[in-house]
Amino acid sequence: MSAVFDVLNLKKAFSGLTVTNDVSLSMAPGDRVALIGPNGAGKTTFVNLVTGNLRPDSGEVRLNGETVTKIDAIGRVQRGLVRSFQVTRLFQEMTPAEHVALAVLQRDGRAGKMFGNFLSMPDVMDEASVLLAKLGLHDLMHRKVSEIAYGQQRLLEIAMALALKPKVLLLDEPAAGVPQSDTGRIEQALADLPADLAVLMIEHDMDLVFRFAKRVIVLAAGTIIFDGSPADVTKDAAVREAYLGSYANASHAA
Amino acid sequence: MNHETVTKTARQNRTIGRDLIGIGAIIAVAAIGYLLFPDNLALLTRIIAIALLVLSLDLVTGYCGVATLGHAALFGSGAYAAGIAAAHFGITNPLLMTLAGILGGAIAGLICGVIILRAHGLPQLVLSISLIYLFHEFANKASSWTGGSDGLSGISPDPLFGVYEFDLWGQTAYVFGVFLLLAVFVLLRFLVRSPFGMLCRGIKEDPLRIMAMGASPKIALIKMYVISGAVAGVGGALNAISTQVVGLDSLSFTQSAESLVMLVLGGTGSLFGALTGTVIFMLFEDYVSAANPFHWLTMVGALLISVVLFAPKGLYGTAAGFIGRRMEKRK
Ligand SMILES: Nc1ncnc2c1ncn2[C@@H]1O[C@H](COP(=O)(O)OP(=O)(O)OP(=O)(O)O)[C@@H](O)[C@H]1O
Ligand SMILES: [Mg+2]
Repeated sequence: MSAVFDVLNLKKAFSGLTVTNDVSLSMAPGDRVALIGPNGAGKTTFVNLVTGNLRPDSGEVRLNGETVTKIDAIGRVQRGLVRSFQVTRLFQEMTPAEHVALAVLQRDGRAGKMFGNFLSMPDVMDEASVLLAKLGLHDLMHRKVSEIAYGQQRLLEIAMALALKPKVLLLDEPAAGVPQSDTGRIEQALADLPADLAVLMIEHDMDLVFRFAKRVIVLAAGTIIFDGSPADVTKDAAVREAYLGSYANASHAA
Repeated sequence: MNHETVTKTARQNRTIGRDLIGIGAIIAVAAIGYLLFPDNLALLTRIIAIALLVLSLDLVTGYCGVATLGHAALFGSGAYAAGIAAAHFGITNPLLMTLAGILGGAIAGLICGVIILRAHGLPQLVLSISLIYLFHEFANKASSWTGGSDGLSGISPDPLFGVYEFDLWGQTAYVFGVFLLLAVFVLLRFLVRSPFGMLCRGIKEDPLRIMAMGASPKIALIKMYVISGAVAGVGGALNAISTQVVGLDSLSFTQSAESLVMLVLGGTGSLFGALTGTVIFMLFEDYVSAANPFHWLTMVGALLISVVLFAPKGLYGTAAGFIGRRMEKRK
């Protein structure tokens, strides 16, 4: 299948420190890719670069064959490249229903409407409640976000991303900070993602990675050191060294 | 699903209930004002005009989180637009003058919005202050149009609907003002609950998140600034129609700062808060300045400090929060 998402030779340095070093990858519809790597490897930076939240020093990003490197973050979202955040960014005073409804309206170009309340827009509400029900948030849909548990907030992040009907979804540690008891729901949500969606997930929880991904990419110090099947990644010497190295460094620092 | 429709209609009923309460409250307060101060309708009309300015400020500051100390630029532009229409172009129909005010305010809103929204935080505040001084100075220099520091006079509006004269008693102006305020209030209630209103609330909290949804905070904020300008313009036009002069003070830093103070006093991010703050501040100012002309500013200052320290959500915001918690407990 032809690629829906291409990254070519992406480079970024922060005041001399190279954080993304000549990264290239390409994904097809339906791909399930996990991006792993030690803390500070540059995973979030990579996401920020491809979404247009950060400007790369060089390199190219393509969506559906179109070069979007010069298009701003908003334009890339509108073209189907959607991300979630490593730390949830939700509107504390709003309800899950409002979050998803806003995303649905925005997707349809109706978020600028100045009359009417989404509560009285049956199509929007139906779509929002179906989506929230899928993620087990239906009973909470009219509560304020500040009143719901963190695990549920993470699910809401996924719901919002899905409401935008993306073609490429970048999930930055969707299970981070979620208590072990709740990761099942997230895993289920990941398993239920639309089949033709290309998903790149950053994750530290290796169990989750192995169950989710058909392909694993390992980033260390800004460079891709492995790109292959989950079965091979644990055998790879370079990967082991990168992780051991980082643990060794961490224990030195501690 | 059944349960859901029930809660949905319950929610809708609750918001409609609040709308009706709001309309009822405005009419009740207006009537009480009329009965209490029949000889001072000019003050009451001025309170309405300023309330429109504070509502307008609430749209950009309370709902969108824009910091501005120059919001009277929108109000004053509306006032001058209405006044110039009457004094120089013979457009003396009060409804058309109001329309001129709306246009003038909206254009000023567009200009201010485009400039102020280029910055954030402190630089934004400084830009807004520079703008109000520029507007003020411009109106001062263009004295052939604005009357400069003498003020723009020669504004004599026709009777409203050809019947009700804008006379010295100020009854027509007051009733006209109450109707304008009600109309604006109802429209703004729709606006803040609409998808656009929700988008703006989102922008206030986290513009980056809104961008990650594919929406442009900049465009939404500029739209809001134009709407805000139209609302302030209604207030400015009302002021021009009721006092029949427009002075440079309507375009001043002081007026801008005072409107922000009123908003904070009542509570930002709520239309009721904006109205409460204006009424209390202006009545308090009027009363204290008459009772104690030497120390009234001290007293206004003391009132403000106590509100900011002890009721940081403003008088209305704090009271509403308190009542809300009580009702929650009873359930
Ligand atoms: N805006 C920035 N300015 C300067 N340095 C930055 C910036 N953003 C990230 N960095 C640095 O770039 C490196 C990579 O950071 P990044 O957040 O991409 O790592 P990560 O792989 O997502 O790590 P984690 O697993 O902890 O989330 C880190 O050393 C970080 O300190
Ligand atoms: Mg990260």
